Amino acid sequence: MHRFIPPRIVQKIMNGVFWASGLITLAILLIIIGYVLFKGMPVVNLEFLLGDPVDSGRSGGIFPFIMSSIYVTLIAVLVATPLGVGAAVYLSEYAGENTLVKLIRFGSETLASIPSIIFGLFGLAFFVIYLEIGWSVLSGGLTLALMALPTILSASEVSIESINKSYAEGSLALGATKWQTIYKVVIPASLPGITTGVILGMGRAIAEAAAVLYTVGAALMIPTSLMDAARPLPLHLYILATEGLSMENAWGTATVLVIMILIITVVTNTLVDNYRKKMMGR
Amino acid sequence: MSKWDEEYFIEKGLLLTAISSIIIIALIIIFIFREGIPALQSAGVFNFLFGMDWAPTDGKYGIFPMIIGSLGITALSLLMAVPLGVLCAIFLAEIAPANMRKILNPTIQTLSGIPSVVYGFFGLVLLVPFMRTQFGGTGFSMFTASVILTVMILPIIVSVSEDALRSIPQEYKEASLALGATHWQTIKNVIFPAAIPGIITSIILGMGRAIGETLAIIMVAGNVVQIPNSIFDPVRALTSNIAIEMGYATGVHYNALFATGIILVFMIIVLLVIANYFHYKKKVTIGGGYL
Repeated sequence: MHRFIPPRIVQKIMNGVFWASGLITLAILLIIIGYVLFKGMPVVNLEFLLGDPVDSGRSGGIFPFIMSSIYVTLIAVLVATPLGVGAAVYLSEYAGENTLVKLIRFGSETLASIPSIIFGLFGLAFFVIYLEIGWSVLSGGLTLALMALPTILSASEVSIESINKSYAEGSLALGATKWQTIYKVVIPASLPGITTGVILGMGRAIAEAAAVLYTVGAALMIPTSLMDAARPLPLHLYILATEGLSMENAWGTATVLVIMILIITVVTNTLVDNYRKKMMGR
Repeated sequence: MSKWDEEYFIEKGLLLTAISSIIIIALIIIFIFREGIPALQSAGVFNFLFGMDWAPTDGKYGIFPMIIGSLGITALSLLMAVPLGVLCAIFLAEIAPANMRKILNPTIQTLSGIPSVVYGFFGLVLLVPFMRTQFGGTGFSMFTASVILTVMILPIIVSVSEDALRSIPQEYKEASLALGATHWQTIKNVIFPAAIPGIITSIILGMGRAIGETLAIIMVAGNVVQIPNSIFDPVRALTSNIAIEMGYATGVHYNALFATGIILVFMIIVLLVIANYFHYKKKVTIGGGYL
C-alpha cells in the first residue's frame, strides 16, 4: 500500500489510527466510571455508608459489607506481606540462579495467573472443609492472601533489585552483617516500592468476589470475630445484581468500589512519582 | 546465640517464605485433584471432556459445550482486545506526548483495578439491553460476554506490550530514522518486529485472564449449556459452571465441579508454559544480530 501512497501520508494516517486507539481506551474508562458514578452517587450518602441493610439489602445501607471488605483485606495483607517481602528478599539477596529459584519463580507466576474461582474452590476444600474453619472472615481472608501474595512478591522484588548496589556495599564495608544490611539499608531504601506492591495486593483483595463466593459465607451482619461469616462489597454487588434485589443499591455499592479503586490508583501513582523524583534528585 | 547463628536462622526463615508459593501451588493442585478425581473416575476422562450433556440430576457430566463456551468467549475478546491494545501500546510507547501518557497510564491502571463484578454489572444493566435491541434474542450472549472481557483484558495487553516496546534499544530506532525511514516505517519494520515476543506474552496473559474470569461472565453470557450456533447465542463458561452450581452441589456433582477446576488449571498451566517459552525466546535475531 505504501508503495503507492507517499510515506508522509501513511505516517499521517497511522498517527491518526494510534491517536484513535489511545482515545478509545480513554473513552471506555470515562464511560464506565462516569456512568457508574452518575447512577451511584445519588445513592451514596452517610446513611447508605453507615447504615445496616434492610430486607436482605433491598434497601438500607452497606456498613456491614464495608467492614467485611476491610476485615478480609486486612487479613489478606497481614498474611501475604511478610511472605511476599520475605520471599522477595530471599530471591534478590540470597538466592543464586538455581533450580529451586526457577521453581519458586514459576510457582509465583502460576499463582498470579490461576483463576480466582480456583482459589475459591481451594479455599472451600482446604480452609472451610479440611481445616474446619467454616465459612468465615478468616477463610475468606486467607484465600485472598494467596491471591495477593504474587503481586506483593513481584513488586517487592523489582523494588529491592533496583536499589543501588553501593548502598549495601557501603553497609557491609562498615562491618554490618548481611541481615543488618538488609534490615537497615536495603528494605528502608526499597520501602516505597514494597508499599506500592502491598497497596496493589490490597486492591486485588478488595476487588475480588469469585474467590470469596464459597469461602466467606454471605452474612448480613457485621462480623465480630474471625470465625463469623461475612459479605465483602463485591460479593454484595454480585448478589444484589444477579438476584435482582435492588438496582439502586447495586449502583451505590459499585460506586463505593470504584471510588476505592480510584483512591488506590491515585495513592500508588503519587508514591511512585515521589519516589522517582527523590531518586532522580540524588 | 552468636551473630552468625542468627544470620543462619534468618536465611533459612527467608527461604521458608520463598518456598511458600511452591507449597501453596502444591496444596492447590493436591486439593483440587483430590476432590475432582472421583468424578473423572466415575464419568471417565474422555466422556467428561467430550461429553455433550451436562445433567447432574441424571448423572451426566460432559463439559465439552463449556470448553467451547470458554474458548469462544476468549477468542472473540482477543479478536477485539489485541488490535486495540497493541495499537494503544504503540501509541503510548512511541507517539503519545508526555501529558497524554500522564492521563492514559493511570487510566489503564484504573481499568485493570476495577472489580470484575462492576464490569459484569455494567454489562448486565447497559450492554445486555443494548444487544437485545440491536441483535435480538435475550441479549445474554457469547458476544456480550466477550465485549465486557475485551475491556477487562485490554489493560494487561497494553501495559505488557508497552513494556516490550520500550525495552527495544534506542539505537535501533535511531539507526532506522537515520536511514531516512519515517517514524511509521521504523515502528513497522524495526520496533514492532523486535517487540513481538513481549507482545505475544501480553496476549497469552490476556488469554489467561479471559479464561479465568468468572462472575462478570455469569452476569452477561446467559449460562445455557450448549454449543452456540452463532456468537449471539448464550453460552456457559467453565468458570461460570463452577460458580453457579457449587452452591448446591453434593456427591459426584460436587466432585465434577472440582474436575472442571482441574481442566481450568491445566489450561492455565499450558498457557504459562507457552508464555515462558516466548519469554526465553525474547532475544530475537534481526539481520544476524541479537536484540
